[in-house]
Amino acid sequence: MIITLGHYLSVAAVLFTLGILGIFLNRKNVIVILMSIELILLAVNINLVAFSTHLGDIVGQVFAMLVLTVAAAEAAIGLAILVVYYRNRGSIAVEDINLMKG
Amino acid sequence: MILPALFFYLFAGVCVASAFMVIAAKNPVHSVLFLILAFVNASGLFVLMGAEFLAMILIVVYVGAVAVLFLFVVMMLDVDFAELRQGFLQYLPVGALVGVVFLVELLLVVGTWVIGPGIPRAITAPIPQAITNTEALGRVLYTQYIYYFQAAGLILLVAMIGAIVLTLRHRPNVKRQNISDQVARTRATAIDVVKVRPGQGL
Repeated sequence: MIITLGHYLSVAAVLFTLGILGIFLNRKNVIVILMSIELILLAVNINLVAFSTHLGDIVGQVFAMLVLTVAAAEAAIGLAILVVYYRNRGSIAVEDINLMKG
Repeated sequence: MILPALFFYLFAGVCVASAFMVIAAKNPVHSVLFLILAFVNASGLFVLMGAEFLAMILIVVYVGAVAVLFLFVVMMLDVDFAELRQGFLQYLPVGALVGVVFLVELLLVVGTWVIGPGIPRAITAPIPQAITNTEALGRVLYTQYIYYFQAAGLILLVAMIGAIVLTLRHRPNVKRQNISDQVARTRATAIDVVKVRPGQGL
C-alpha cells in the first residue's frame, strides 16, 4: 500500500479529464466553464507538486505557485468580463456571444 | 505505512467525486461549493506529498478568494440556470467519448513512463531536509526566482486594475459628492445678491 508518484499522476489525470468534460458538457454556462478551467489548473498543480516532491526538486513548487497566481488572475478577469457581459446583454449563454462573428 | 495510503485514497476519492459534482450539479451554487470541497481535498493531497506551504496557499487563495468570488458572481447574476443546462444530455455522448479517450491516453502515459537516467542528477534546487517547506521555498523563490515572483505580482496588479476598470460604471442621475468642485467654488459663483423691491416679487 505504498503511494507512489503514479498514484498522484492518476488523480491529476482524472481531474484534468473531468475539467475537459465539464467544458464539453456545460457548453452554455460560462460560470461552470470557468470552474472547469480552475479544475484543469488544479490538476496541473498536482502534477507539478508531485514531480517536485518525488524528485526532490523544489522548483516545481515555485512553478505551482506561479500557476496559482495566473489562475487567480484569470478567474478575476473572467468573472469581471462575465459581469460586464451580463450587464450589457442580460444573459450569460455562450451561444449569444457572437458579436465578433464575421 | 497504512495511514498515509488511507488518507491518500480518502483525499483523492473525495477530490475526484466533488470535481465530478462540479460539472454535474444542477445548481451553480452547489457547483461552487463542490469546487471548494475539491480544493480542500487537493490541499490535503499536497500536505501528504510534503508541500505544506502550497497546501495552505491553495486554501487561502482558492477557497478564500476565488471560490468566494465565484459564489458572489453566481448569486449576483439573475440568470435562469435551468435554461442554460438545456444541451447537457445532447452534448453528453460526444463529451463522454472525448473524455474517455483522453483519460485512457493519460492513464496509458502514467502507467508506462519512467524517469530518464539524467533527471536525478539534473536537480536545479534540491529540497533541503533540515528546514521546513516554507523556508526552503522562500530561499529559492526570493533569490533565484525573484523576477518570476515580481512578474507574478505584476500579473495580479494588472488583473486587479483590469477587473476594476471593467466593472466600474458611472450611473446617470446619481448625485455624488465632487470635492474638487466644492473646494473650487468662489464667492462670485456661490452668492448672488438680489435686490428685492418692496411690493414686487422676484
